[in-house]
Amino acid sequence: MTDITNQSLNEIIENVKTKKVSSMELTKAYIKNIESAKKLNAFVTTTFDQAIDKAKQFDNRPNFDQLLPGIPLAVKDLFCTENTKTTAGSNILNNFIPSYESTVTKNLWNNGSFLLGKLNCDEFAMGSSNETSHYGNVINPVGDQLVPGGSSGGSSSALAANLTPATIGTDTGGSIRQPASFTGTVGLKPTYGLCSRWGIVAFASSLDQAGPMTKTIKDCAIMLESMSGFDEKDSTSINKKKEKYSKNLKDNIKGLKIGIPKEYRVDNMPNEIDELWEKGKKILKDLGAQLIDISLPHTKYALPTYYIVAPAEASSNLARYDGVKYGYRSKQGKDLVEMYEKTRSEGFGDEVKRRILIGTYVLSSGYYDAYYLKAQKVRQLIKKDFDDSFTKVDAIFTPSTPSSAFKIGEKTNDPVSMYLNDIFTVPVNLAGLPALSLPAGVDKQGHPLGLQLIGKTLDEQKILNIGFAFEKNCSFKNEIKKWWS
Amino acid sequence: MSLDKEKIKHVARLARISVDEAKVESLTKDLNSIFKFIEQLNELDTDKVEPLTSILNQSLRSRKDEVNDGKIREKILKNSPKKNEEFFVVPKVVE
Repeated sequence: MTDITNQSLNEIIENVKTKKVSSMELTKAYIKNIESAKKLNAFVTTTFDQAIDKAKQFDNRPNFDQLLPGIPLAVKDLFCTENTKTTAGSNILNNFIPSYESTVTKNLWNNGSFLLGKLNCDEFAMGSSNETSHYGNVINPVGDQLVPGGSSGGSSSALAANLTPATIGTDTGGSIRQPASFTGTVGLKPTYGLCSRWGIVAFASSLDQAGPMTKTIKDCAIMLESMSGFDEKDSTSINKKKEKYSKNLKDNIKGLKIGIPKEYRVDNMPNEIDELWEKGKKILKDLGAQLIDISLPHTKYALPTYYIVAPAEASSNLARYDGVKYGYRSKQGKDLVEMYEKTRSEGFGDEVKRRILIGTYVLSSGYYDAYYLKAQKVRQLIKKDFDDSFTKVDAIFTPSTPSSAFKIGEKTNDPVSMYLNDIFTVPVNLAGLPALSLPAGVDKQGHPLGLQLIGKTLDEQKILNIGFAFEKNCSFKNEIKKWWS
Repeated sequence: MSLDKEKIKHVARLARISVDEAKVESLTKDLNSIFKFIEQLNELDTDKVEPLTSILNQSLRSRKDEVNDGKIREKILKNSPKKNEEFFVVPKVVE
């Protein structure tokens, strides 16, 4: 058989079901790939022994009726995994071993899969290039000096380099979709509340949402089906019937109305992105969809709003890291307060500190109305833009990012230029909507670019269907040459 | 508005993060450029807009007030940097 790790998750599942490959052979193939890809630095922790045991167990008593039968998976190191170190990319959690499993990963394991390792990410998911991780930069398999996007950069890198058949990330402002776009893969941020936040290291709780990162749309549907679902332990979890996204996948999009927002453009955006967007529109039109010009007038205010709301929530969520109950504690500090201050100063990296300070400031006495309340009001306007548009269209189609993958170090000295990476992805988080980044083409340098489909609340099936039809008719093929082993 | 060094040190104290004197300068520069970016929001008139406090069209669920977990002291203490039998240990607070 040809290299099984080149295949899509769906193909791999078929091969396991028809006994062309055992879970053990599959697991060993991925372990081999991971061991030869240390240069990419995609993993913080590997759990090979445990994975081998699980594969053995599966092969001895296989259950082929599961969604993910005997499939090894690596996940972002933001999901708490029972008895396996969980760092969130931070020094402050460098020795944290959870005694519980996040709901989302538990759902994956209940569907037949098991853990292969924990993937590097920006510290507390704060970053757009994986350069804020305490555990080092992750390299994009697309090119030696390129960032893999962030914050789910270990996830996108591992997926594109065939180190895991599929993976999951979290998306607070674009952390699934932007890395997917940078690596030529598929990434979905589900509707807020569709996947449980329980057991995920919290960043900004009103925005955080876990989602799949995969090679194909079909894989994305399989993963979403496996990980989503109501959870009593998450107070904002949506209680609804589970959907069969993969079984219900259809490629007929005739008559669907697709909105094209005029505001999804920035100064100095490379022509290639516009051209790709045009090409994408033509594909959808040729498939019988109706393109409709729309306006989302408050788009330019989404990022400034996000940089109040997200740091405010982060400053509150990250108050728990005090060196007392778990995690890193500074050796210095004569009294309790000094111990807190040193622990947090040594434990957090620069970007995390910046955001905690922004958040603390905007919530501090005398400034709340001017910043936080103002941001909540603008958030209302941004949501209303989408609500108004969705009375006219079924989905919205935009570029995923304003550029392709950039070089390591290129944007680290200017936080605002880094933040601008998420200009097309952030509005969706503020409005709680589902959005899918689809690989669609490459720029002149051969770096992948993605296009984004935004859906109505809980309309994941429709954007997956549009993505499915798009994928079949888009000539893009992710051709990454293996240079790292 | 702009943030000066003193203000930043004050906010850092509120956030319980000690900041190196040597780093205050660059931190001030970074935070000011971020606030300049954030303050674009002042262009918008939002007097008549209701703040969005939840994006879900559902109110928070309530549940029965009953114990459904517990007796896991060992698990809770397991990750503590410093413990003494049943307690988390912190630097001396009372003389």
